Amino acid sequence: MKFMTKLSTVSALAMTVASGALAAGDMTVALQLEPPHLDPTSAAAGAIDSVLYANVFEGLTRFTSDGSIIPGLAKSWEISEDGLTYTFMLAEGVTFHDGTTMDAEDVKFSLDRARAEDSANAQKALYAGITSVDVVDPLTVKLTLAEPNGSMLFNLAWGDAVIVAPESIEGIKQQPVGTGAFKFGSWVQGDSITLEKNDAYWGTPAVLDNVTFKFISDPSAAFAAVMAEDVDVFSGYPAPENVPQFEADARFQVLIVDTEGETILSTNNKMPPFDNVMVRKAMSHAIDRQAIIDGAMFGLGTPIGTHFAPHHPDYVDLTAGSNYDPELAKKMLAEAGYADGFKTTLKLPPPSYARRGGEIIAAQLREVGIEAEISNLEWAQWLEQVFKGKDFGLTIVSHTEPMDIGIYARPDYYFQYDKPEFQALNTSLEAEADPAKRKELAVAMQKMIAEDAVNGYLFQLAVPTIAKAGVVGLWESAPTQATDMTAVHWKE
Amino acid sequence: MLRFVLKRLVSLWLSLVVASVVIFLFVEVVPGDPAAYMLGMNAQEDTLNALREQLGLNGSLLERYLSWVGGMLRGDFGTSYTYRTPVSEMIGERMWISLPLAVFALALSTLIAFPAGIWAASKRGSIADVSVMSLTQLGVAIPNFWFAMLMVLLFAVNLRWFSAGGFAGWDVGFLPAMKSLTLPAVALALPQASILARVMRSSLLDTLGEDYIRTARAKGLSRRQALWKHALRNALIPVLTIIGLQFSFLMAGAIIIENVFFLPGLGRLVFQSISARDLIVVESVVMLLVFAVILVNFLVDVAYALVDPRLRVRS
Amino acid sequence: MNRALIIGAVLSGAFALAALISFVWVPYDVTGVDIANRLKAPSLGHLFGTDHFGRDIFSMIMVGARTSIAVAVVAVGIGMLIGIPLGLAAAARKGSLLDELIMRGNDLVFAFPSLLIAIMITAVFGASAVNAIVAIGIFNIPVFARLVRGAALSLWTKDYVLAARVSGKGAARISFEHILPNVTNLLIVQGTIQFSLGILAEAGLSYVGLGAQPPTPSWGRMLAESQTMFSFAPHLAIFPGLAILLTVLGLNLMGDGLRDVLDPRLRRARR
Repeated sequence: MKFMTKLSTVSALAMTVASGALAAGDMTVALQLEPPHLDPTSAAAGAIDSVLYANVFEGLTRFTSDGSIIPGLAKSWEISEDGLTYTFMLAEGVTFHDGTTMDAEDVKFSLDRARAEDSANAQKALYAGITSVDVVDPLTVKLTLAEPNGSMLFNLAWGDAVIVAPESIEGIKQQPVGTGAFKFGSWVQGDSITLEKNDAYWGTPAVLDNVTFKFISDPSAAFAAVMAEDVDVFSGYPAPENVPQFEADARFQVLIVDTEGETILSTNNKMPPFDNVMVRKAMSHAIDRQAIIDGAMFGLGTPIGTHFAPHHPDYVDLTAGSNYDPELAKKMLAEAGYADGFKTTLKLPPPSYARRGGEIIAAQLREVGIEAEISNLEWAQWLEQVFKGKDFGLTIVSHTEPMDIGIYARPDYYFQYDKPEFQALNTSLEAEADPAKRKELAVAMQKMIAEDAVNGYLFQLAVPTIAKAGVVGLWESAPTQATDMTAVHWKE
Repeated sequence: MLRFVLKRLVSLWLSLVVASVVIFLFVEVVPGDPAAYMLGMNAQEDTLNALREQLGLNGSLLERYLSWVGGMLRGDFGTSYTYRTPVSEMIGERMWISLPLAVFALALSTLIAFPAGIWAASKRGSIADVSVMSLTQLGVAIPNFWFAMLMVLLFAVNLRWFSAGGFAGWDVGFLPAMKSLTLPAVALALPQASILARVMRSSLLDTLGEDYIRTARAKGLSRRQALWKHALRNALIPVLTIIGLQFSFLMAGAIIIENVFFLPGLGRLVFQSISARDLIVVESVVMLLVFAVILVNFLVDVAYALVDPRLRVRS
Repeated sequence: MNRALIIGAVLSGAFALAALISFVWVPYDVTGVDIANRLKAPSLGHLFGTDHFGRDIFSMIMVGARTSIAVAVVAVGIGMLIGIPLGLAAAARKGSLLDELIMRGNDLVFAFPSLLIAIMITAVFGASAVNAIVAIGIFNIPVFARLVRGAALSLWTKDYVLAARVSGKGAARISFEHILPNVTNLLIVQGTIQFSLGILAEAGLSYVGLGAQPPTPSWGRMLAESQTMFSFAPHLAIFPGLAILLTVLGLNLMGDGLRDVLDPRLRRARR
């Protein structure tokens, strides 16, 4: 026993020395996914934005934690009467981390690169409506659009539209050079990325000296790392079941972060019997949302009845239209000609909301006679089979892009909802700039897809962020994938 | 002798060629497009094509095979699709975790197995023998990832003697780095030590039953002396063979343990690369591991042939 | 009396019995989800408690035994079915090109890292119990081929085999009539050991998510799923882990016992 005490003292000593070596202004932040490379403008990987957005790279506009759009590198802008011309006034004295100045030429370069013919930008479609980017003077840029677009300022805030420099674009995937309050330090692949404070930052400087992002995807490893205090913050903690333990532990604070992730039971609308709206409606009554939220997410998440984020001002609560009623579901299935149920596939991507939710949904569907055969896929397989090949009956996925109801206007999108009325509504919404009219359109769209029960609407994904008690300034909701560390610091 | 070595060399090359073709074809049929994985759900067809072109995925099968093999012969393992860094660099980096881990685990298992095996053999039939053998039975049967989970819970989460996983890095110093490899090495070493102890014991008992030992005993050597002076040396041959096998197993077989402790080693690199469809990394690492095993087999064969001329006519 | 054999047989017999019974009866349905009853500690109603979906762990272990045993048995079967004829053929044509091909092929399969190949197989064909069987089965082939070849080589020099050759019997006939029956003891012993290795391999594969798919319970996946709840609901991980441990232990003991009983040469050496 004595020996044991001694041993633990020794290791405690070793620990103090180790943490003492770090300056007080450093922080280690764990994330689930490691970025494949460090260019946010040529990959869809949210992991890239999770490390770099707002920290290293900035766009003309930017998201704040409540989802609103504020000026970024553009300190102000003017929109012409017809909504076709945007003139951006850039902030003065902005330099890239390599010392070169950021000016209108860089903005033109970045946006032209994003919308170019051979662009590898994952959100290219968002910028396709820009017909030209013109340099007025070094601090003024003019964007001309083919059609009015009410979401342009919003689109420009995405991580895919950050401003990069032609001088450093060559090595951006390994050595990202941006304008942010942190500059890229080092990357130990498979383990961590370190950012350093940018002393020459043009705006309000960061508080922390160094931020290390550590990548831990395994839920049990995540638990152990937080418990052992190997990390100071775990943003997007993967195992909601541990939240009560952290809440009960005075060493930690728990933030439940709302995300833009509408988690849905995606349904192949072209595949029989799902081409029958009656079958889809029956399914929506066979699903017990609360059981899924409790069982898969241990209570985290808000039930949704349509494809829209509940924290958005234009959201309408339509959950009552698809309440849990297995008897009604059976009756509707019988009316649709499937009194004995049917067989289908349920293909699940890796996240635990999908894997666990899938098992619960399969059990609930079995209650009304629908036999859903589960197959667990990796992301690459899921993209190939489900998203591209449309070879699926059902799948579960969280659509994490902000304000993405427009995907229902794309008939070739993987769930294949094809309704001209909806497409017309979407076209009007895209062109509309007036908030009141936009709301009206958005509500009509939400109602239409809920009526048609295009997909099973489950819940808005909420992810826990676990932080040590002394950490201040983390985002409490996530309008975009980002871990904005610019204002984060330790409590005095 | 020379003819034997030459013959084995030819067969080594043939094996390598066959292995490379098998690996390449296997990896090629893996469904899933690396470009689609990288660009995600909203990517457009022309963007995908542009990326595929950049990655060199649009060439013919034969072209790609030849450029892969040709590159490897020059020591160029290609460039990772996702990380965009040379694969050889990535392998080199991961090797500094996998190799020390394997050596550490092997050292631990030898340190446990040798005394345990010798002790059990020298006290055959005693309580000591029975308890060592029962413990090794448990050691072989316990799933090592489960054992690892139990250790993390006890030593990392509750006692906080060790960190729960991850790798401190060699630049922090030798001791912290070894500390982060300790729990994984123990988890890997336990079943290996159990197997090794059993082999040690039975091999010792076998040699103790040989005629020359009986002669030695008849000449007045005590059982103990016979064991240490004669039997041990001869009993080591099968033991060393097993150690050789275990080493190559540990290099590649640590994937699950690397996952439990999130160590960025070689096995984990392959595991992640498969799910990211970073095929060039998968091909190269698997080929490298296969090459290592084939080479070790070749060297062992040659070494045996040198020691024992009768083996040269084998097969 | 061989104690190892008895203990081993009792242990593995218990799990085999549980697997068999599960075909006709389990205490609770293992595919149903009952969120209200989740994470209950062991009690009289649920001997081993319930998991995070409210399923009865005792029932899941019974059905899981079925999955484990089925995968391991079929995988060993594949290894024997292909490996034994290969080994017999190689021994019958010792030193020929065929022998060389078979032996080099064996070495080649052995040279591949088995777990990585299993992962690649499932990446190509998707994760399922069948693919787990194939992945484990492939690596059983060279084990049996090598074992049979080694044993058969010495049998070919025996007088009764020579007699059979003189009487004009073909190599294939001799292999099956005279050689095979004399290696069955060896095969039974090795088969038991491979069987236990198969159970461990299946547990490992389904632990990384590559084995039987839900809702089919499997011990490895039960462990994987319990990992994050281990700290507040240890019964979730203890029971499946023990199930694997005891089954493998039982089979190993049985293998050791069988070897002692069936192989007189070894028995002499051990005494």
